[in-house]
Amino acid sequence: MSILVYTETEKGKFKKAAYEAVSYAKAIADKMGSTVTAVAVNSENPEELGTYGASKVLNVVNDSLNTFNAKPYASVVSSAAQNENAQVVVISSSADSRYLAPLLAVSLEAGYVSNVVEVPSSTSPFVVKRTAFTNKAFANTEITTATKLIGLSSNAFGLVESSTSCEVVEFNPEVPSSGITVESVDKATDKVTIADADIVVSGGRGLKGPENWGLVEDLAEVLGAATACSKPVSDLGWRSHSEHVGQTGKPVASNLYIAIGISGAIQHLAGINSSKVKVVINTDPEAPFFKAADYGIVGDAFEVVPVLTEKLKAFKAQNA
Amino acid sequence: MKILVCISHVPDTTSKINFTENDTKFDTNGVQFVINPNDEFGLTRAMWFKEKQGASVDVVNVGGPETEPTLRKALAIGADTAIRVNTPATDGFAVAKQLAEVVKNGGYDLVIAGRESIDYNGGMVPGMLAAMIDANFVTNCIGLEIDGNSANAVREIDGGKETVSTSLPLVIGGQKGLVEESDLRIPNMRGIMMARKKPLSVVEPAAASDETSVQSFEKPAPKGAVKLVDAENIDELINLLHNEAKVI
Ligand SMILES: Cc1cc2nc3c(=O)[nH]c(=O)nc-3n(C[C@H](O)[C@H](O)[C@H](O)COP(=O)(O)OP(=O)(O)OC[C@H]3O[C@@H](n4cnc5c(N)ncnc54)[C@H](O)[C@@H]3O)c2cc1C
Repeated sequence: MSILVYTETEKGKFKKAAYEAVSYAKAIADKMGSTVTAVAVNSENPEELGTYGASKVLNVVNDSLNTFNAKPYASVVSSAAQNENAQVVVISSSADSRYLAPLLAVSLEAGYVSNVVEVPSSTSPFVVKRTAFTNKAFANTEITTATKLIGLSSNAFGLVESSTSCEVVEFNPEVPSSGITVESVDKATDKVTIADADIVVSGGRGLKGPENWGLVEDLAEVLGAATACSKPVSDLGWRSHSEHVGQTGKPVASNLYIAIGISGAIQHLAGINSSKVKVVINTDPEAPFFKAADYGIVGDAFEVVPVLTEKLKAFKAQNA
Repeated sequence: MKILVCISHVPDTTSKINFTENDTKFDTNGVQFVINPNDEFGLTRAMWFKEKQGASVDVVNVGGPETEPTLRKALAIGADTAIRVNTPATDGFAVAKQLAEVVKNGGYDLVIAGRESIDYNGGMVPGMLAAMIDANFVTNCIGLEIDGNSANAVREIDGGKETVSTSLPLVIGGQKGLVEESDLRIPNMRGIMMARKKPLSVVEPAAASDETSVQSFEKPAPKGAVKLVDAENIDELINLLHNEAKVI
């Protein structure tokens, strides 16, 4: 009996969210007097998971799994959970993990709670805290089934090293065919994604037009940040829909969120509120964002942001 | 093609969130309910299939009588008939079970739900439903074309998108992109009048038990006041982010 965690890879390398999920699973295992087993697909370095507390890795090597596909992947994780007789299964909140989770829940007859932000407050009954109402509240939720599936919210737990001797075991479950064929994947590989980024720089309608987005991009580049935008900016076609964050767009749970020329409407804030530190730059001191932010500058983005970018460049050079 | 659109009845995005009964129940007092935004994009795409490809479009909600105005709104936007499964929606798994019964009984080819509801944000009902009825499933769907029995869909992924081909029966978790914001329809007077006469059937729930239950709600701790930094003193902001917040 162990805690099973699905550790996602990107081109053979573990994602940060995978390490976070293992760290979190280790905390549950300690609480329950159990151990952590990870399941990884086509990973180049499965033993690395020992750093975060996995004592075993079920290592799946299978060319038919080179491209993510929810049904076969859910089946692999399900087989791993059954193999380990896992009581608790942990996944991250990446788009792919969220895609496979409900399929996995049905196959394991596991009660599933997503957007979980803490280690279970109690394991009998099994109660976890998750966000609800798009980050406007939390719900302490009991899972009543024998097997429990937890979707860990991004950046909620962090990476915790816990060096453990880790055994890598080959695991080759049967993989069902999928009724879905992936025809093409269109992904910018040189840019950090909003889901993975530690820092997100976001622009709103206050930037006046798409021609001014160099401001946002330059600042993001210095910080190694992902770029995002408010809903009207994507509705107006200034930026791609994939950058739209908020209640009806992507959620953001970064360490630092910098909002430039964004008023801070309730729907915008709902989506970005899980970010740990929020900075707002806005000409209007009455903008609602100032009530939600940790740090603020009342000022014109066109003047403030270039100076901030230059000074950060100097700061980074000094601290490199 | 028979399409079923799942409609979640959720608090308007501007709602203040409060709880009653010792923080165990959502306080609906003064809250305006709407069609879940992700579902509305799906419903609008379904209307396109109805108008251009002759599909029929039914809408369904699992919930109590209080959700009927939301279903009527979906009828006013253009759905043909509505179904309400008469049981409170307390758990994603149980809701998916109820929907699975509706899909089996109605023989639907395509089910369009939202990628998540904006109240509980579980993001699990469409996927669970697909697994229960053994249908293909695409979530975070931002593009959908149907041709006979075949479908092409675009899924938003972290950092981009992917295009997939699949076939009916199919369950979609939809969102903005399935149609654009400007394509959304505000029901007109004629739509509202017609919606009153369209069938809204109430069906009793199938046997299903919850797998999760909310013990209590809490609100985030109140936030401290913002620290304002002078626009002329950007070094101070960098200093705060580095030494105090420790994020750079
Ligand atoms: C159902 C629904 C769902 C929604 N979902 C979302 C969502 O997911 N995400 C989202 O973002 N919005 C969402 N919205 C829209 C939301 O209500 C706001 O309209 C939107 O967030 C405003 O975007 P904005 O802040 O970019 O623009 P505005 O509100 O126009 O704000 C622009 C800001 O820029 C400031 N400004 C102007 N010039 C400058 C300058 N030179 N320098 C610095 N600051 C300047 C202004 O003071 C102002 O505060 C939703 C709305 C509805 C009804």
